[in-house]
Amino acid sequence: MKDIKVLGPGCKRCDTTVDMVKAEAARLAIDVKIEKVTDYAEIAKYGIASTPGIVVDGKVVHAGGLPKAEAIGPWLKG
Amino acid sequence: MALDETDLRNPTDKFETAKWLAMVAGSLIIWTLLYSQLIPFAEWVVSLLPVERKSHLGEAIQFFVYDTPKVLLLLTLVVFAMGVVRSFFSPEKTRAMLAGRAEGVGNVAAAGLGILTPFCSCSAVPLFIGFVSAGVPLGVTFSFLIAAPMVNEVALGLLFALVGWKVALTYLAFGLAVAIVGGFVIGRLKLEGWLEPWVREIRAGAIELPDEQITIIDRIKAGIEAVRDIVGRVWMWIIAGIAMGALIHGYVPADLMARIMGADAWWSVPAAVLLGIPMYTNAAGVIPIVEALLGKGAALGTTLAFMMSVIALSLPEMIILRKVLSVKLIAVFVGVVGTGILAVGFLFNALFH
Repeated sequence: MKDIKVLGPGCKRCDTTVDMVKAEAARLAIDVKIEKVTDYAEIAKYGIASTPGIVVDGKVVHAGGLPKAEAIGPWLKG
Repeated sequence: MALDETDLRNPTDKFETAKWLAMVAGSLIIWTLLYSQLIPFAEWVVSLLPVERKSHLGEAIQFFVYDTPKVLLLLTLVVFAMGVVRSFFSPEKTRAMLAGRAEGVGNVAAAGLGILTPFCSCSAVPLFIGFVSAGVPLGVTFSFLIAAPMVNEVALGLLFALVGWKVALTYLAFGLAVAIVGGFVIGRLKLEGWLEPWVREIRAGAIELPDEQITIIDRIKAGIEAVRDIVGRVWMWIIAGIAMGALIHGYVPADLMARIMGADAWWSVPAAVLLGIPMYTNAAGVIPIVEALLGKGAALGTTLAFMMSVIALSLPEMIILRKVLSVKLIAVFVGVVGTGILAVGFLFNALFH
C-alpha cells in the first residue's frame, strides 16, 4: 500500500493532480491511499514553495504545476 | 534499466522533437499572416454594418473589431513565449537562490526572479510560507510578491503592443523599482513579529526536489499549457476591457479626459490609485482601457498609477494573504506599495509633461 499525499489549498490543479494519480494507480493496479492535504500549515511542513505537491510514503517527489503523466508511474512503483 | 529505455527511445525522441519544433514554426507563420490582416479585417467588418464609419458608433466598433483579435493574438504569443521561458524556473529554485541573501542585493534578485518564476495567486500563501520558513528575509519575499503579479508578461506584452515600447520599458523599470524599494523598506521595518504566530513557528527548511527530466517538447507543452490556462482565464476580461475602451474611444470627448486625468490635475494620481484598489481585473482587462485613456489625453503617470494599483493592490489577494499576515502588516504593505505607485505617477507626469 502506497501512501500518497497531494498538497494544495484546493485549487483546480490540485484536484486534477489527485485524479491523475488515481488513474495511474488504477492502470498499474497499485494499491494506494490518497489523501488531500489542504491546510496551509500542514503543506508548509513539507518544505515546498509551490502547489500542487505530491508526497509518496513521506517523501516529496513533485512540487508546482501538474505532474507529467509519465512521471507518476515510476513514483508509484519506486 | 531506466537508462536503457531512454537510449532506445532516442531516435524517436529526436524525430518527435523536430516535429514539435516544426509545429511551432508553422504556428508562428500563421500567426504573422493573421496579424498582418487585422486592419483590412476591421475596416471590412465595419463596412458590412449599416453605420457611418466616421460616426461615434463607427469609431467604437472599428476600435473593438480591430483591438479584440489583435490583443488576443499578441497575448497568445507573449504568454506562449513566457511559458517556455518559465519552464526553466521554479519557485523552489528561486527560493534556493534567495535564501540567506543579504537585503539590497536580495531585493533586486527577488524582483527580477518575480518576473521569471511561474507563479499563480492560488499558491501565493504556500510560496510566502515556503520562502520565509526557509530563510528568505521578509523584505526580500515581499519584493518577489510585489513584482510577480505587477510586472508580468501580460502587462508588458500588451503595453508594448498597444501603447508602445517606451511605455512598456518604463513600466518594467518602475514596476521593478517599486518592488525593490517597497520590499527593502518593509525589510528595514523589521516586521517579522507581525506575521501570524503559526507562520513564525514553521521551521521546515527547504527540501531538495528530485530532478525531473524536462525535454524541449515538455517546454513547448508548458507554453501551450500557459496559453490554455491564461488566455482561457482572461479572454473575457480582455473583451470587457476593450468594449470599455471602445466606448471611451468613440464617445468620451478628448478634453474631458485631459481635464480629469491630465497632468495639471495633481489630485488625479492619488485618486487613480485609490480607485484601482477595489477594482479587480488583471493586466489584460485594464490595458485596453489604458490605451483608450491615453488616446484621449489622460496623463501617462496618472494612467500608469491606475494600472499598477489595479494589478498590484487587489483586495482578493489581500484576503488570501490575510491568512499569513496580520492586518497591520497588510496595511504596511498597502501603504508602502501605494506610496511607491504614487511616486511613479507624479514622476511620470513631471517627466513627460
